[in-house]
Amino acid sequence: MAPERTRDIELRLLIEAIYLKYNYDFRDYSGASLKRRVRHALVQLECQSISALQEKILYDAGAFMQLLQYLTIPVSEMFRDPDYFLALRQQVMPVLHTYPSLKIWIAGCSTGEEVYSMAILLKEEGLLERSIIYATDINPVSLERAERGIFAQDNMRAYTENYQAAGGRQALSDYYTAAYDGVIFDKSLRANVTFADHSLATDTVFAETHLVSCRNVLIYFNKPLQDRAFGLFHESLCHRGFLGLGGKESIDFSSYARSFETLCRPERIFRKL
Amino acid sequence: MSQQAWRAALAAHPAAIEALVVGASAGGVNALLAIFAGLQPGFGVPIVVVLHLPSKHRSSLAEVLGRRLGLPAKEADSGEQLQPGMIYFAAPGYHLSVEADRSLSFSREEPVYYSRPAIDFLFESAADVYGPALAGFLLTGANQDGAAGLAAIKQQGGFTVVQDPNEAHVPTMPMAALALQQPDVIAGLVEIRALLAELEATRTC
Ligand SMILES: C[S@@+](CC[C@H](N)C(=O)[O-])C[C@H]1O[C@@H](n2cnc3c(N)ncnc32)[C@H](O)[C@@H]1O
Repeated sequence: MAPERTRDIELRLLIEAIYLKYNYDFRDYSGASLKRRVRHALVQLECQSISALQEKILYDAGAFMQLLQYLTIPVSEMFRDPDYFLALRQQVMPVLHTYPSLKIWIAGCSTGEEVYSMAILLKEEGLLERSIIYATDINPVSLERAERGIFAQDNMRAYTENYQAAGGRQALSDYYTAAYDGVIFDKSLRANVTFADHSLATDTVFAETHLVSCRNVLIYFNKPLQDRAFGLFHESLCHRGFLGLGGKESIDFSSYARSFETLCRPERIFRKL
Repeated sequence: MSQQAWRAALAAHPAAIEALVVGASAGGVNALLAIFAGLQPGFGVPIVVVLHLPSKHRSSLAEVLGRRLGLPAKEADSGEQLQPGMIYFAAPGYHLSVEADRSLSFSREEPVYYSRPAIDFLFESAADVYGPALAGFLLTGANQDGAAGLAAIKQQGGFTVVQDPNEAHVPTMPMAALALQQPDVIAGLVEIRALLAELEATRTC
């Protein structure tokens, strides 16, 4: 058997071990990316083989937490794909205005860049006060960082450009102040945000919502797991609720294709029928 | 490398080629036009290309190249199954990988050598899946992306081709690959074009 096939077996066993021991379910994630992430983790955690890594994480919860940082891909940006936020601003916010109170779910919020982007958008459209935002992720370290709202100064120039391209009405710097290790975003932005540990792979729906934004998470899932996530969004969304996805994600080929209509195709915004 | 030499290298390759991956950066558009010019519609393998481009713009690369070559070409879609006779281009802003079931998947993790899509992602994942049945071409470019990927293809028994740095528009990328491993073939674009035509034609026998 080729050594690569042996590594595939080890990877499967590792994923199974993680599930059995820690109840994180990566079994239906796309393999190529997982493999790459595990390869990186082997170097950083100084393990000779995936089997050695498996043994390590089974007996050392701290090592597992380190591995989780690789597996979850905590990479984000503020106003990532500005056209998406512009479309939300122009096409979704006017409809949301007709509700007296709003619930918004940001699934797979990572380190929070998307959450603060959404909060700024809601604030500028006069909707933040009446909104509750649920920001969920499976990575507790990312959730903690999201809650702190501190981001690297170096990124602010790019984020400012994104913000402006997304139709920003002020200066992005109006929303943050310099902190000793970066910039800290205004606390009022997260006054109505609940950060919570929630997995699209293993958990159930927790609230009725008007808008779900789940971006760059489903690209890592295989079809059955994507379907599971779409099922949760469908169940959570109110009648005519909105679903926003990442630029390379679509509901079109899922079992929920017929339960949604397309609002903006390039920006991947859909609406529940 | 002489025609005789690359012919011999191709003939000696122990497996039929089932897929081709190509990486290029600065000067890549012209290089791709040159090597694909010899292909006829209905060519026998899927071809997947990563070309570095500024990531802000929605790209019409596939459309433009496809039209100029008169060949079926498209920007890769998430989850789509690779088909022979089609050239797939990685989308700007996303890494592209081949999955075990020979479908395509995306990732948005960190850029590699400032590049997303990165050639290494595509090459390493395809090498895992196809093993000796993969051919990888690394062409002109100004950074080191693709060198590790090409070495991975070689390590899994695949067939590797590097553009001759002496004729490459920018030699950095081919040279980085050569520093890491000895490929099966080092050749100019004209020869790579002939090799591709032959590789694609022989695989149907
Ligand atoms: C690449 S980030 C995307 C961040 C942000 N949404 C954006 O588009 O910039 C992917 C996030 O999905 C989270 N994730 C992965 N699997 C998940 C699951 N089963 N349920 C919820 N979140 C998940 C990861 O922890 C990670 O923070």
